[in-house]
Amino acid sequence: MTSLSTTSRTAHGASRWWTPGSIVFLCAAVLGGVMIGPAGPEWWRVPLELLNRLPLIAIDSGISEREWAIVWQIRAPRVALAAIVGAMLSIAGASYQGVFRNPLVDPYLLGVAAGAGLGATIVITVNRGGTSSWIIDPLPLAAFTGGLIAVFVTYLVGSSVKSDRSSISLVLAGVAVTSLTTAIQTFLLQRNTDVVRQVYSWILGRLSSATWSDVRLVIPYVVASCVVLLLHRRLLDVLRVGDEEAAALGVNVDRVRLVVVIAATLGTASVVAVSGLIGFVGIIVPHAIRLIVGSSYRMVMPLALTMGASFLIVADIPGRILDNPAETPIGVVTAFLGAPFFLLILRTRQAQR
Amino acid sequence: MKTTHSFKRRIFAITAASLLILSACGDSSDTSSADTGCDVSIVSLSPTATEMLYAIDAGDCVVAVDSLSTFPAEAADKLTDISAYEPSAEVILAFEPTHVLISYDPGIVEQLTAADPDIVIWTGDAATSIDGVYSQITELGEVTGKKSQADSLIASMKDRIAKATGGITAPEGTSVFYELDDTLYSLTSNTFVGTLMAPFGVTNIADGVAAGNDYPQLNAEAIIAANPTVIFLADTKCCGQTAATVAARPGWESIAAVQNANVVELDDDIASRWGPRVVELVEQFAAAITALNN
Repeated sequence: MTSLSTTSRTAHGASRWWTPGSIVFLCAAVLGGVMIGPAGPEWWRVPLELLNRLPLIAIDSGISEREWAIVWQIRAPRVALAAIVGAMLSIAGASYQGVFRNPLVDPYLLGVAAGAGLGATIVITVNRGGTSSWIIDPLPLAAFTGGLIAVFVTYLVGSSVKSDRSSISLVLAGVAVTSLTTAIQTFLLQRNTDVVRQVYSWILGRLSSATWSDVRLVIPYVVASCVVLLLHRRLLDVLRVGDEEAAALGVNVDRVRLVVVIAATLGTASVVAVSGLIGFVGIIVPHAIRLIVGSSYRMVMPLALTMGASFLIVADIPGRILDNPAETPIGVVTAFLGAPFFLLILRTRQAQR
Repeated sequence: MKTTHSFKRRIFAITAASLLILSACGDSSDTSSADTGCDVSIVSLSPTATEMLYAIDAGDCVVAVDSLSTFPAEAADKLTDISAYEPSAEVILAFEPTHVLISYDPGIVEQLTAADPDIVIWTGDAATSIDGVYSQITELGEVTGKKSQADSLIASMKDRIAKATGGITAPEGTSVFYELDDTLYSLTSNTFVGTLMAPFGVTNIADGVAAGNDYPQLNAEAIIAANPTVIFLADTKCCGQTAATVAARPGWESIAAVQNANVVELDDDIASRWGPRVVELVEQFAAAITALNN
């Protein structure tokens, strides 16, 4: 709780530069992300070719068609998806932490991950082989719906408890729904052990199989969700003082909480549907930002977008090249890069205090 | 995350190589070995062992098989309905087996032998070479008293493999991508299937990975850059992959195997077991390599 209640200590002069600075960093991350990989053209040719593809500019980058296919069809969607997933999970994590006034909350709190996992498991166990000819792949759709249903049930149960501690009953309902959903999923898996590997490979999260169609699939939800969350950043600041105090200041606390949870859930469910569960980002990125710029949501929310996107893009790079031609799982890299980085910020901030 | 990752690795190590599982439970009509013409009664928790038993004419010795023992068709009436990584010792014991065949021990051996010290547990680990397959068939022949059938099965397998591989060498520079699932897991030449491809003189594009990572997840960029001559799909059943779905993947249209229609659809079950049907796998490899030479 304490990290949220500390007030912004950063001088206004410095904080003005954080947002533009983080955008520059994001651009650098995107560029680095499309330049570095286990195959494809030499890294310095990629920016030349990108320029060449712009209208009115012609530069001979010396890139072959195959190399361009690698950069544009394999690497670029991966970078784009990493950016979207990282941004969404970070801002959703920050929002959840705000409305529940709990620093340990992550975007999967209300059961979206477990619900999505169950949805995916149902599709895979019923008949994954038969769906390859379908026009619309039912797997992300089922995961998305499963995630939304789980959170809906959590909200229905959690908010039916009339008490002034309704955020706690919501969290507890989330725990219960997650357990129930996981139990059903485990039961299904026990009946269909031949698909265990597929289901776990789905659950554990991946950016490696990203395509542009994945990106197109999630972008409307993510944009809508992020806009709503950004618009609520000032109200989240008000909520920091406590439900009753916020109500006394004229904020409809239950409504704000509902809208923020719906928006964050919608976005989280959509990214989980295409990339599985990528842990760590939703907790660590918002906290790192708070440690650097203070805990005002006016600053935290936009920075969560840019820094979350940059973090996941950068974290995805070592996974491609460490064990070339093999992949290293994204979860390993995020934790391996993120944990020491987070500890470093924690240490330097405390030294300054 | 860490726990789930290591869990996943374990699951993968188990299933990629074998896909063999356990099970039990049943609506068991009480079967006993009374008048089957076999001295032993076997519960097989290994689809590979089940295939071997039926191939050496020892089907009469079998009283129950796990739910993934879907081949051959004659085993269907011995199929039990639940398959799990945690088989129920009680259900297995209800079949009063003299022998239980497993491919790995999920912790059941101790329970079974505690309940019935006379029970024989036969473990047939995932084979790492074709000789391992032969020795498992020989052992099962001894267990069931079908030694001559086992010998003749081995002889015919050796014969068919010799015919399939004899005189066929891939053109210079032939490279292979062997796909285990649609997230691009593959296998190296150190694996059982890898050794089956070796006689054709092909290069396995997964071989560049760090030692010990024999079932690596490959990077799509690296696969396209490696430009494999042949792609084998061992994920037609699990993941519904076909030559058409591979050709439709973004960026894959430039791969030689896709352009020259050398994407070969395999049967997941045959490709993930090390039973008598591996000869069919070798023959499919041979057919694909022969096609390259024409």
